[in-house]
Amino acid sequence: MKVIVAIKQVPSRDSRLRVDGSGRWIDPTDLTAEINEPDAYALEEALQWKEKHGGEVVVLCAGPAGATQTIRDALAKGADRALHIEEENLTAYDSLRLAELLAAAIRAEQPDLVLTGLQSDDLGYGQTGVILAELLGMPHGTIIMQTEKTAAGIRVKRELEDGWFQFVELPLPALLTIQSGINKLRYSTLMGIKKAKSKEIKALTPAALGVTPGGAAPLEKLYAPQRGKQSRLIEGDARKQAAELVEILKHEVRAI
Amino acid sequence: MSSSDGILVVMEQTRGAWHKMSWETLAGAQQLGGGMPVTAAVLGHDVGALAAELGGKQIAKAIAVDHALLASYTADACTAALTQLVAAVQPALVLLPHTYQVRDFAPKLATRAGRVLVSDVIRIEAAGDGFVFVRQLFQGKLNGDFRAAGAGPHFASVQAGAYRVDTLAAGSAPVETFAPALDAAQIRARVEEPFRESARAVDLTAAELIVSVGRGIKGRENIGMVEALAQALGAELAASRPICDNGWLPMERQVGSSGQTVSPKVYFAVGISGAIQHQVGMKGAKTVVAINKDPNAPIFEIADYGLVGDLFEIVPALTEEIKKHK
Ligand SMILES: Cc1cc2nc3c(=O)[nH]c(=O)nc-3n(C[C@H](O)[C@H](O)[C@H](O)COP(=O)(O)OP(=O)(O)OC[C@H]3O[C@@H](n4cnc5c(N)ncnc54)[C@H](O)[C@@H]3O)c2cc1C
Ligand SMILES: Nc1ncnc2c1ncn2[C@@H]1O[C@H](COP(=O)(O)O)[C@@H](O)[C@H]1O
Repeated sequence: MKVIVAIKQVPSRDSRLRVDGSGRWIDPTDLTAEINEPDAYALEEALQWKEKHGGEVVVLCAGPAGATQTIRDALAKGADRALHIEEENLTAYDSLRLAELLAAAIRAEQPDLVLTGLQSDDLGYGQTGVILAELLGMPHGTIIMQTEKTAAGIRVKRELEDGWFQFVELPLPALLTIQSGINKLRYSTLMGIKKAKSKEIKALTPAALGVTPGGAAPLEKLYAPQRGKQSRLIEGDARKQAAELVEILKHEVRAI
Repeated sequence: MSSSDGILVVMEQTRGAWHKMSWETLAGAQQLGGGMPVTAAVLGHDVGALAAELGGKQIAKAIAVDHALLASYTADACTAALTQLVAAVQPALVLLPHTYQVRDFAPKLATRAGRVLVSDVIRIEAAGDGFVFVRQLFQGKLNGDFRAAGAGPHFASVQAGAYRVDTLAAGSAPVETFAPALDAAQIRARVEEPFRESARAVDLTAAELIVSVGRGIKGRENIGMVEALAQALGAELAASRPICDNGWLPMERQVGSSGQTVSPKVYFAVGISGAIQHQVGMKGAKTVVAINKDPNAPIFEIADYGLVGDLFEIVPALTEEIKKHK
């Protein structure tokens, strides 16, 4: 069983974001990066599949040279090898074009299962996995909270809205978009980190994959939103803030 | 049925009940205006009554896309049916509500048409020979404009709450039936009946006061501090998704699109950024109090009262102050 996991490197969650001079992306100065949260769960799910059913886990990442940090972390957790599509400027691609880039790399590997996160924390398209499935001719399941191998393929638990769920069975090869919380994340061990150093990271380029940047609807402009409703800000040190809020809760909101 | 300057709205229903976001999307299509005729379609089996209801809105046409294989949702059948409908209607723009179901098939539908779906948009403007779509990036911290120019169909899905249902205009439109050609062999997924997890031990929907904790709390060992605040207030404790994903609080305390929808008198958001999936679960609260160290956090967009600062200082101070007043 060969499982490919698409992982993306995104700015750390607590980052102070500033739009850069081009007005199209954020200034990377002083920003730290981490793996996109649901992708960490997708990786864990892939590692558990390998532990149960054997085979291989290959991570796939399109991103700048600095993304090797995130790739190494995935290898340290137990992925066997990696494909790194080196591209400094991911925002030059629209969602379809980026998926075409990933699909070209996946096709050559002929995996049994492809896992992606359900959404990226930066662009937040929430659609790369489903586009990939269509491009690769695979059936797919989205927002997956459980997976299980069956005789016919794979049975997965889809999260629906409002606390509803549904089981769906798909033939393999298939693609799943993984929801955060599907499993319990592991930490990398010292041994894993040591082993990762000798694992293969294959460098690929968009040109070699036959995909050029662009697309029909790329990001044109990035900016701070105009906030709609203005909150009434309660200022001062913590004690003062607390005292004023309690006054408001008593006399204006009448909640205590 | 050809109107290459029109908008096709794909409505969502489950077992005869509309998804509320469908109406918001239809309202958005009406507002886009510019003389663009709006066609609204509903998919399923025996959906004539729903289509008739659509015909009572101010649109050019309502269409019932009807087939036995559309009775329960699959991405394969839905994509095949809508591919045929889009080819027949030839709209300039296809609009869908950004629901979990739309997330499941719309990227596939657009890809099959060789087009790009602009997902989860909060605003749409007609611009020259195309559209500018505004959508949120970085979990609502920044906005981005995406321009789609040239011949349609363009595809976009609309975020919850982007347009208001109460602006929807009534009217009278002809109702048609569209019978797609579908084959059971096209459907690769074998779907089972949707279900709910066993009865919820905690019902947050009836709570008057809710103190909800997010990732700003940093670790499991700090949850007790927020619990103490909830206790002092006599409030229920709730959480954002990552708190439950990490197992720091049970899933049944999760508020949001995949958790509970609550509407308390006061909702305290402690260390919660206010991502849209969280907001949809709590924006019905009468009063929202946000405690967050980041003055630009999206939660302040819907908060009535904002306390910018370190929750590790504010929460204990607040707990103490409330105890004094009780
Ligand atoms: C399909 C789908 C469904 C989802 N369903 C849900 C759902 O049902 N419910 C839900 O909540 N989420 C849901 N999410 C996840 C959602 O998108 C967000 O990732 C999540 O809500 C973020 O949680 P958070 O605000 O606690 O964490 P973060 O976004 O990490 O925010 C933490 C906040 O804490 C603040 N903070 C940090 N330290 C301090 C401090 N010392 N003092 C004060 N403030 C501090 C930060 O400024 C930040 O604003 C869903 C996502 C998807 C894609
Ligand atoms: N540049 C990338 N490299 C690898 N995987 C990606 C990349 N962009 C998106 N993905 C995958 O697609 C998922 C959904 O991303 P998105 O459609 O941008 O919300 C992510 O969780 C990743 O698994």
